[in-house]
Amino acid sequence: MSFLRDEKVRGILYQLITIVAFAALALYIAHNTAQNIEARGIKTGFDFLNHSSGFDITESPIHYTTKSTHWDVYKVGLINTLIVSFFGIVLTSILGLIIGVARLSSNWIISRLAATYIETFRNIPVLLQILFWYNVVLAAMPSVRHSYSFFNSIFINQRGIFVPKPIFLNGSIYIAIAVVVALILGWFIHKWAKKRLEETGREFPVFSTNLALLIILPLIAYYATGKPINFDYPVLKGFNFEGGKTYTPEFLALLFALTIYTATFIAEAIRSGIEAVNKGQKEAAQALGLSKMQSLKLVILPQAIRVAIPPIISQYLNLIKNSSLAAAIGYPELVTVFAGTSLNVTGQALEIMAITMGTYLVISIIVSLVLNWFNHKMKIKER
Amino acid sequence: MAVYELKTAKKPPIKDSGIIFWIRKNLLSSPSNILMTLLSLYILYIIIPPFVKWAFIDANFAGHTKADCTGDGACWIFIRVKLKMFIFGFYPESELWRAKLTMALGALTVAFAVIDRVPKSVKIASILILPIVSFILLYGGVFGLEVVEPSKWGGLLLTLVIATVGIVLSFPIGIFLAMGRQSKLPIIKTLSVFYIEFIRGVPLITVLFMASIVLPLFFPEGVNFNKLARALIGITLFQAAYVAENIRGGFQAIPKGQYEAADALGLTYWQKMRLIILPQAIKVAIPNLVGTFISLFKDTSLVMIIGLFDLLSMVKLTASDRDWLGFDTEGYVFVALIYWVFNFAMSRYSKRLEKKLDTNNRD
Repeated sequence: MSFLRDEKVRGILYQLITIVAFAALALYIAHNTAQNIEARGIKTGFDFLNHSSGFDITESPIHYTTKSTHWDVYKVGLINTLIVSFFGIVLTSILGLIIGVARLSSNWIISRLAATYIETFRNIPVLLQILFWYNVVLAAMPSVRHSYSFFNSIFINQRGIFVPKPIFLNGSIYIAIAVVVALILGWFIHKWAKKRLEETGREFPVFSTNLALLIILPLIAYYATGKPINFDYPVLKGFNFEGGKTYTPEFLALLFALTIYTATFIAEAIRSGIEAVNKGQKEAAQALGLSKMQSLKLVILPQAIRVAIPPIISQYLNLIKNSSLAAAIGYPELVTVFAGTSLNVTGQALEIMAITMGTYLVISIIVSLVLNWFNHKMKIKER
Repeated sequence: MAVYELKTAKKPPIKDSGIIFWIRKNLLSSPSNILMTLLSLYILYIIIPPFVKWAFIDANFAGHTKADCTGDGACWIFIRVKLKMFIFGFYPESELWRAKLTMALGALTVAFAVIDRVPKSVKIASILILPIVSFILLYGGVFGLEVVEPSKWGGLLLTLVIATVGIVLSFPIGIFLAMGRQSKLPIIKTLSVFYIEFIRGVPLITVLFMASIVLPLFFPEGVNFNKLARALIGITLFQAAYVAENIRGGFQAIPKGQYEAADALGLTYWQKMRLIILPQAIKVAIPNLVGTFISLFKDTSLVMIIGLFDLLSMVKLTASDRDWLGFDTEGYVFVALIYWVFNFAMSRYSKRLEKKLDTNNRD
């Protein structure tokens, strides 16, 4: 039996055992599942996706009725997941940046305030925060008749926030074109200014120029085409508001809780990024005579971002995954409507869980591809 | 001849210590700084006085019924009356001493683990014995102890049981997964990578749904897990992937020379891992592991969605009691405080460990 002492042989043997054990387990599970499904009379296959669902969804960004199919339910759920994740990521980035910078402020009170914020919200489960916003804060809003009103166009009450909805008339396409033109122009200006800086050393105010372009060009288009954007204002009719855009308490509770919770992690990432920059870098920038703004923009931030962005992107992914906690308050995202209601209606747990988990996996893979691309781009270029 | 002229004395240097100087330097050094200070004071002003008023000044502490809550503030009587529910759930009154004893033993084990002077053997022994003793105490069925079904466990007790079992069971699985991922054997490596990345790519709630809805399909008729066991399986399998990634971080921090030295000594793979690599890898990974355990502790609240009565779900349950309707706010604040205390203590401990390990590694 001396050949068993050979590392290679043993390696192959171990792997064979693993494969056999794994295959046996898979077969065992498949066999049991098949029997259980038959015994319980559960349907199989993906036909149910074409059957009408028979239930309604409270808020749907696309056309949806009780006659719509389970595939439509999936689409509604996925789009709602992406909507709340998008708003959450934007808001949490802004809040996290503010808190992270405040944490490093030389002002003692500001820095303590930020630290308290971080330590408080990071250590309370996000599900508790979602429920708190939903059951305590938003439930305490006034009734529809006594809504808080801002400029008579934004209303806040128990049923959510009602805001004016823009209606794009003919010609508004030109405004979109103006935005695109401004972006392209801005890119060329950026290139040109960089080239000129390298050749002559003269600087050009790229940021303010581009910002001005981005505001002025669409404005010109707006007036030139005869103001093609109207607003549909919410109006109180009977027991509820009509018209405008409504953000439901479910959406708001989820959004606020995810934003506030995730911002604590983003703030910490930003702080550790800035703290990771060697002190000598700051001193060297000072010695070169750079102003405080210049040293921040040209020396500190480019290095801090390299450290801070990877954890921030994984926090974005966490936010997307945590949006599934909406199941506890009933915001109709993927897990609530598809892995919840559709699953209960059809009973096809295997197929539905596979689709749901697969969807999250695809999102995760996309996010990690972005992360890899970023890491590659930001790698210190050693010559 | 030079005439000596008396020069006027220089002013003493500006005082660079003391409270006045500190305030000037840290709060009022520039106009923008002053503005920031005023802004923060305003934020504090709009948050703290109303909260203090609600939680203490206008709050009711004494009494036994809803009628005793007369103030505008918080009704802490509700918490006091329902405290047993929050901490133990439906655990039967007559057997409550068992739950209390379990918690005390848990606290003792934690104390052993944290205090440096306790010998390592005692630490490890107490961690290994705790789950067995706890199970016997909580479930019963032997030594004349009455059986208390897990469906009666609830509140903080259940949260702690889930967190502890999750931590203890996911740890060895996580180590094996991490070793698998580092392995040179392609099939074992692929399986480990797939498992870890799959779990990390999906939300915990979907894993819990799998465990509670799909898992029973995987076993023959008649094999039945209770709800708690399903949740524990889900949480453990989920947690193991994250533990594995922490341990992998530890593996990567170990210099290659350690592996080579172990090989040169003629150690087998398992000897090398057990005696050389793992002890160092785990030590490096501990701060991150504590971070993962904090996440786990927060994540236990998700079991409420699959119908277990953990600490968080007690809020809704107690606030829907007909005699105590509408005290959600007090419930959420109280429960948040409990979660916060546990997590904050853990994160402080992890910071302390990090510092300790840091100095150890310095030459």
